[in-house]
Amino acid sequence: MSHPLLATKDLTVRFGGHVAVDAISCVFPAGELTAIVGPNGAGKTTYFNLISGQITPTAGSVQVAGEEISRLPVARRAERGIGRAFQLTNLFPNLTVFENVRLVIQSKAKKGFDLFSMADDHVQIREDADQVLQNVNLLAQRDTIVSALPHGDQRKLEVAMLIALDPLIYMFDEPTAGMSADEAPVVLELIEQLKNDQTKCVLLVEHKMDVIRTLADRIIVLHNGALVADGDPSTVMSSSIVQEAYMGKALGHVE
Amino acid sequence: MLKHILSGDMPRSKILSLVLVVIFLGLAFAPFLFPGTRSLDTAARICIFIALVASYDLLLGYTGIVSFAHTMFFGVGAYGVALASVHMGRGFDALIAGTLAGALVAAILAAIIGLFSLRVRAIFFAMITLAVATAVAVLFSQMSGITGGEDGLNFKIPRAQTSAQKYLADPVLGVKINGKLLNYYLMFFGSLALILVFLRVVNSPFGRVLQAIRENEFRAEAVGYKIVFFRTGASIISAVGAAVAGSLYAIWLRYVGPDTTLSFEIMIDILLMVVIGGMGTIYGAVIGATIFVIAQNYLQNLMVVAADATSSLPLLPLIFNPDRWLLWLGILFVLSVYFFPKGVVGRLRGERK
Repeated sequence: MSHPLLATKDLTVRFGGHVAVDAISCVFPAGELTAIVGPNGAGKTTYFNLISGQITPTAGSVQVAGEEISRLPVARRAERGIGRAFQLTNLFPNLTVFENVRLVIQSKAKKGFDLFSMADDHVQIREDADQVLQNVNLLAQRDTIVSALPHGDQRKLEVAMLIALDPLIYMFDEPTAGMSADEAPVVLELIEQLKNDQTKCVLLVEHKMDVIRTLADRIIVLHNGALVADGDPSTVMSSSIVQEAYMGKALGHVE
Repeated sequence: MLKHILSGDMPRSKILSLVLVVIFLGLAFAPFLFPGTRSLDTAARICIFIALVASYDLLLGYTGIVSFAHTMFFGVGAYGVALASVHMGRGFDALIAGTLAGALVAAILAAIIGLFSLRVRAIFFAMITLAVATAVAVLFSQMSGITGGEDGLNFKIPRAQTSAQKYLADPVLGVKINGKLLNYYLMFFGSLALILVFLRVVNSPFGRVLQAIRENEFRAEAVGYKIVFFRTGASIISAVGAAVAGSLYAIWLRYVGPDTTLSFEIMIDILLMVVIGGMGTIYGAVIGATIFVIAQNYLQNLMVVAADATSSLPLLPLIFNPDRWLLWLGILFVLSVYFFPKGVVGRLRGERK
């Protein structure tokens, strides 16, 4: 029997008495883009952290193609195909845009422990990095130091680094947050392209309903750390539990 | 060609290139340009400290790890050569065996400390290295049966490397061509080789990962680098570099003792040299070590001159009293950190902040 690309079973984490993620069981098959929604504090980012390994669960499991990974360190999970872009921009600030992407491709190429060649001599890695930069429209900023980059471009680079990693499981945490209206479509288009690949799955934490409507094949809703709804976008959005848990609250607070 | 030797890491500043060329030529022709025992000794120290400081920069500047055990590795290399020479008798085989043994012990020590303590926060590593280095320093000064204790060990190096061996009957340009000169060039080329190796390592794919870890270890791990192994690797390379520099130092001094290699004062000096020169540049080590060792050796002379020149004035001779040279060194350091927070190299390269 074939295993789903990614699955969590009764995944739970407690911080003291607070249950941040409460026994979430969910399956993410290849070829599907799942949007994860829920009000602030619902546990979306914590759920992401449990999958990508920044947090170790209190109970439950995370499986990639049937293999248990929930006790593996972050770097080992990256090797298994988990790739993550972060909500708060999380780059190498004093290196160039190119170097940020190059480092990711170098990791993928397993050249990290190469001590005595010059990094710049690895032509294939260099070309691949340039290709990724071209795809996200950052080639012009190639040699800019990241900390000098405008916020929107930093967000684009964040996405570029995930694409450069070429993982099996793409995890985006509000990829277009803080982007201007004309920059966001570039990133969304890139995410849309990933959907064409039937060997990968995409997880997307997103607040913007229009983005979810155009991209998502499926929506899961988290509330107070628990999974409260799971289904295709139109069904989930109209269900009463979501209206109550998510929409009701979203209307109540001002962004 | 030059670009390849320097591993593509060019100085990227005209003034910096000029300064580096001057230092290189000055050290390459030191015996001819600055005759005399004391200046040759200073030049040799500069060579050795450049290598030592560069190896520390690999850790502090490139990987962002603070270690206080660098003098321990320096000492391990120095004692390796001394012990080998004492027990195997004077000879090249003893020098080579001592250097290799010192480097091996340093690598093993660094690997153990790294794997145990680099998993967690960097501050923990700093504390561990401080504890281990202090323990080793005490151990070396107490085990007088083996290490000579506080007195250290005197030993003989091959006659071919001492002034007793004459290679030419007549001096060239006023300089005697003898074993001492040969020994100086061993220091010079040994250090040069170490610097070129470090330049290659920091510009290799491995070196880039170290910088990534320094910049953002969280992200470095998320893209698949197992940071504890990279940090430990950097720590091992740095330790081996320090040990080889220590071996050179012992060969030059023909003596090893706790004060010349293991003392905490030297550790502080290394830190100062890295910071003055500019962290994370390797070239910073060249400049920092040169300025610092010259200041250490000649600031007092300069102050004697200044004190004499101002002897008729009130107060000034007191300020310039040669005994206060450390005060001036301190002031120089504070000023350099204030005006060049990125070190001399960072300043010359015109980097921001």
